[in-house]
Amino acid sequence: MIKTFDVATIRKDFPIFETGIAYLDSANTSQRPRQVTGAMMEYFEKYNSNIHRAAYRIAEEATVRYEATREKVRELINAASTKEIVYTRGTTEAINLVAYSWGRKHIQKGDLIVLTVIEHHSNIVPWQILAAEKGATIEYVDIDERGELRQDQFHKLLERSPKLVAFGQVSNALGTINPAIEMVAAAKAAGATVLVDGAQGAPHQGVDVRALGCDFYAFSGHKMLGPTGAGILYGRRELLEAMDPFMSGGDMIKTVRLEGTTYHDLPWKFEAGTQAIAEVIGLGAAVDYLSELGMEAVRSHEREITEYAYEALSDIEGLTVYGPPPSRRAGVISFSLKGIHPHDLATIADRDQVCLRAGHHCAMPLMTRLGVAATARASFYIYSQKDEVDRLVGSIKEAQRIFK
Amino acid sequence: MSTAADDQFYREYILDHYKNPRNFGRLENPDISHEEDNPLCGDVIGMDFRVKDGVIEDIRFHGRGCAISQASASLLTERLKGLPLEQAKKIGKADVLGELGIEISPARIKCALLSLKVLKVGAYGLAAGEEDEE
Repeated sequence: MIKTFDVATIRKDFPIFETGIAYLDSANTSQRPRQVTGAMMEYFEKYNSNIHRAAYRIAEEATVRYEATREKVRELINAASTKEIVYTRGTTEAINLVAYSWGRKHIQKGDLIVLTVIEHHSNIVPWQILAAEKGATIEYVDIDERGELRQDQFHKLLERSPKLVAFGQVSNALGTINPAIEMVAAAKAAGATVLVDGAQGAPHQGVDVRALGCDFYAFSGHKMLGPTGAGILYGRRELLEAMDPFMSGGDMIKTVRLEGTTYHDLPWKFEAGTQAIAEVIGLGAAVDYLSELGMEAVRSHEREITEYAYEALSDIEGLTVYGPPPSRRAGVISFSLKGIHPHDLATIADRDQVCLRAGHHCAMPLMTRLGVAATARASFYIYSQKDEVDRLVGSIKEAQRIFK
Repeated sequence: MSTAADDQFYREYILDHYKNPRNFGRLENPDISHEEDNPLCGDVIGMDFRVKDGVIEDIRFHGRGCAISQASASLLTERLKGLPLEQAKKIGKADVLGELGIEISPARIKCALLSLKVLKVGAYGLAAGEEDEE
């Protein structure tokens, strides 16, 4: 069932807005509606127990609800099977899982890994560690003046037959929407295994992993209305089947004998130890919430608010917006103000209860590439409204008055 | 609405030190030169010292950052110039924060103390990180 998209109605589901904040940091972490916190609270208060073990009723209910999230996520991203949906703590753990379990098996000395300069640190550092360990090489695709990936350079690198290509669907720092379908197709044609970092894609653009055609897709629940501590790794079944476990211990085994162990089936092979049960149930409620709104409506609302903000910010003298025009960007606007450091702007905005990110956004190579130490960043989601953008503009004017 | 002059955080002297930093630049052939960055935001401050007979004869700082880190560095260099190195080593967090004279939130404390870190690690010869245990 698709609800009508009405921001005022949506905001009523988010008690945090009663505090009066203007929240412009959803690319960092989103807010969570009552439906999500309620589902988690219901678990704690009505059927709190461990999964996959006990024979009593509430433990069965916990197991069913925990596993139900898998099907919801499968449907959301159109994976072929729930066996391809692995719970992780978030995008970072999902990428580390691939770097460890797939990478250590398949990356060898002299192999090429292709990344891009706009990646979040979580899609750089695990590969750097792997490359150093294996003696592999990493090449980075640069951006052009508009903050878009240099496709000519990307295709040039593909000619060198990289073993792995990993890039973000959407840049967290610039908001650039990458031509992911075309890039995956080209990388696959070149024989590479492809990981797409969907941390900024899944919550906003949505994804159809089969249409995208990637081998791995990683994202976090906490950027899409869910709690922290629950994220997803999607992996093509045959790849996951052939991979060794990442973490090992309880719950990921079939039988353990002193002579050796047989591992559990997919996806539990990758889910060792007691899981983040409440968080996974909360993520399920978040997926329900987004599915009811429809990703198309989510996208269209974000486009509208981003265009409004882009116009409003571009009108301010001494303000530079980084990245592509609004038609080619997600709900993220990174900018700088002449003579005012982003931290100072964020401090002044905070006094007006405007939550604004200032810093390198875990994308230091990109900041270096742009020639800045840090930027201010406003980012939006389903509950963002024009009034919050207006309040940001007010804070910017106040900062300019103080620093004039 | 407050005026810039009576802003409790961005006080006039802070903004003055930010816009017109004292002892800003580089020294040729410094006796001590050290740079530190704030890993949270990528801001950088470096200091060059000329030391003669145990006294900081001249000092310059360089780098980029917010009003708090820049003003803090500017104020610190004013205090350090002409000071015996041994006394400079004794300057602590409370001194630097006191000099700034504003309420610093936990989110901004690293900005305020970045220049002190440069002094400690550079002049004291500490390994990076040790000054946190002070």
